[in-house]
Amino acid sequence: MSADNDILLRVEDLVMHFPIYRGVIQRQVGAVHAVDGISFDVRRGETLGLVGESGCGKSTTGRTILQLYKPTAGHVYFDGSDLIALKREEMRWMRREMQMIFQDPYASLNPRMTVEQIIGEPLMVHNVGTRNEIRERVEHLLELVKLNPSFASRYPHEFSGGQRQRIGIARALALQPSFIVCDEPISALDVSIQAQVINLLQELQQQFNLTYLFIAHDLSVVRHISKRVAVMYLGVIVELAERKDLYSNPLHPYSQALLSAVPVPDPVIETQRKRVILEGDVPSPVNPPSGCRFRTRCPIAEAICAQERPEFRELKSGHFVACHFAERFVQ
Amino acid sequence: MADSALPTGDNTLLRETTPLRDISGLERFLGPENYRILRGLLKTPASILGFILIALFIFIALAAPLIAPPLTPDDPYKIPRDGFTSEPRPMMSDWTRNAPPLPFWWKPIMKTDHWVHILGTSQGQYDVFYGIVWGTRTAFRTGFIVVIATFLIGIIVGSVSAYYGGAVDNIIMRVVDVFLTLPFILAALILAAVLTPKIGRSLIPSIIALITFGWMGYARVIRSDILSVKERDFIMAARVIGVKDSQILFRHIIPNAIFPTLVLASLGIGDVVLTFAALSFLGIGVNVGYADWGQVLSFARNWITSLNMYWYIIVWPGLTLTLFVMGWNLVGDALRDVLDPRMRGKT
Repeated sequence: MSADNDILLRVEDLVMHFPIYRGVIQRQVGAVHAVDGISFDVRRGETLGLVGESGCGKSTTGRTILQLYKPTAGHVYFDGSDLIALKREEMRWMRREMQMIFQDPYASLNPRMTVEQIIGEPLMVHNVGTRNEIRERVEHLLELVKLNPSFASRYPHEFSGGQRQRIGIARALALQPSFIVCDEPISALDVSIQAQVINLLQELQQQFNLTYLFIAHDLSVVRHISKRVAVMYLGVIVELAERKDLYSNPLHPYSQALLSAVPVPDPVIETQRKRVILEGDVPSPVNPPSGCRFRTRCPIAEAICAQERPEFRELKSGHFVACHFAERFVQ
Repeated sequence: MADSALPTGDNTLLRETTPLRDISGLERFLGPENYRILRGLLKTPASILGFILIALFIFIALAAPLIAPPLTPDDPYKIPRDGFTSEPRPMMSDWTRNAPPLPFWWKPIMKTDHWVHILGTSQGQYDVFYGIVWGTRTAFRTGFIVVIATFLIGIIVGSVSAYYGGAVDNIIMRVVDVFLTLPFILAALILAAVLTPKIGRSLIPSIIALITFGWMGYARVIRSDILSVKERDFIMAARVIGVKDSQILFRHIIPNAIFPTLVLASLGIGDVVLTFAALSFLGIGVNVGYADWGQVLSFARNWITSLNMYWYIIVWPGLTLTLFVMGWNLVGDALRDVLDPRMRGKT
């Protein structure tokens, strides 16, 4: 991975273990290996999709990047500066550049604040402008996310899920960030509203040259919005590639299984295509399998998979995969 | 993004509306949560009765000098006594000596110049009516001082505990546990009894004792509510925005976590006044003759065996105390019901 100017965010060997304490003296008895050594770059202006099933560490990755958790190890470089080395106050300042959109539009807005207070809060805490300027700006932001500016004095409970999510987007945009972590921003919404929000996110991206880390478990949504896609399984990234490459030629057995689960809207193809059905459940992240994380469910696992953790290597140009036997799938 | 125009393309979303309710000015002013609470509180007959009772007591406390003009204006809390004999005198018997000034409303209503013992006198010829009227002020003073102090201590201890977590939390909560193992009345009684000779007879020893052993409930409740609010997404959203930790606590966490503790506080006022009266009944705290319900009740101690004759010396102060505690409990219960998440949307 080269260090050119093109890269806005670089994650290096990021590890996030949540310790588990037990007993009276709160002895640490173990740790949840939520994120276990992942590396990737996000380029300026692109959308990097991050997919994986529930509990694989996608959200933790997003939150750890934003320093909402203190990572166990690794580095996060944003625009060249190492966020982990930043002091508290410096990081607080840095937050102007990096924002987040949350999954649950009902939980992510303070029920006791008006829309104006919610969207104006980032401006207030960073001392951007006077009260009147903030008010104007809030109205402008509401227009930007296509809400009626006269809604500013209303409370979140008066809005629908989609409207609330747009309030959340307006809040994220308030400080004019360059990077936004979208943590499953549409999975809590009705299907009819999902498209609106996706289109809004894309419009805003073009307008303000935003960079997204788009976390989702819906593969077709990720395919629609992402330029590149990373697939996560049990705390590690197993595959990372251009969207086209990944969807047409997945190299990791897990990605293959995941993609084969996406229904094809054509009955002829749908009845003929082969599905990879995975056996068993995802192992516990408290005690992940040795070697390759996926070996317990992998259809092609061999002895080496239990002994050696597969290297995350670039097999084709821009196509990274962590599997000992990925070569056999290259087309 | 300064001069950004609206994104071109369809603006249909602007027209898309969900049916928004009409909202009154009061709701706009109070905010939806507070408005809902207020509406819920004024809906049930029990809570309305509670509010009426409390309003009545507030009126009595404020109008005490008019209802029962003191004999000694410098020391209005001293219950006037009509002699020194021990046997109580019945209701509506005349003042024979040391009669305090007549209240202005007496003559027009009763058409007489005689000031009487409306509710009789108790042992030592203490006037029961004066004891009850001026005792209302004592009840409010002790109730509010103790509850506000314990509430604040509880909020601070609980917030610190929840905020820092880990070892700090563990130590603080074990200290709370230690305090909770002490039997409340006994502990308060002993502390007040120890303090009384040191700082003299007044309200203060009992108040200190009630504060010392009364804050733990608030600390526990606010701690657990903060812990649960802390995990909600909008707290994380505030951190992403860059809100300082202290502001997150005061602007986001506490306003969403404080209500259950407020319920406890409103229930606590009745409790505190009851316990204070119990201490007073046992002879701890204020000087003999100080207007205080527990004190008035204690005058009846020696006449317990002949209450068929002297019932008024126990029934009136007892009833007053009961109604006062009941008023706060009704309001507290109503508050608890309104704040119960399962009741959401029903009121």
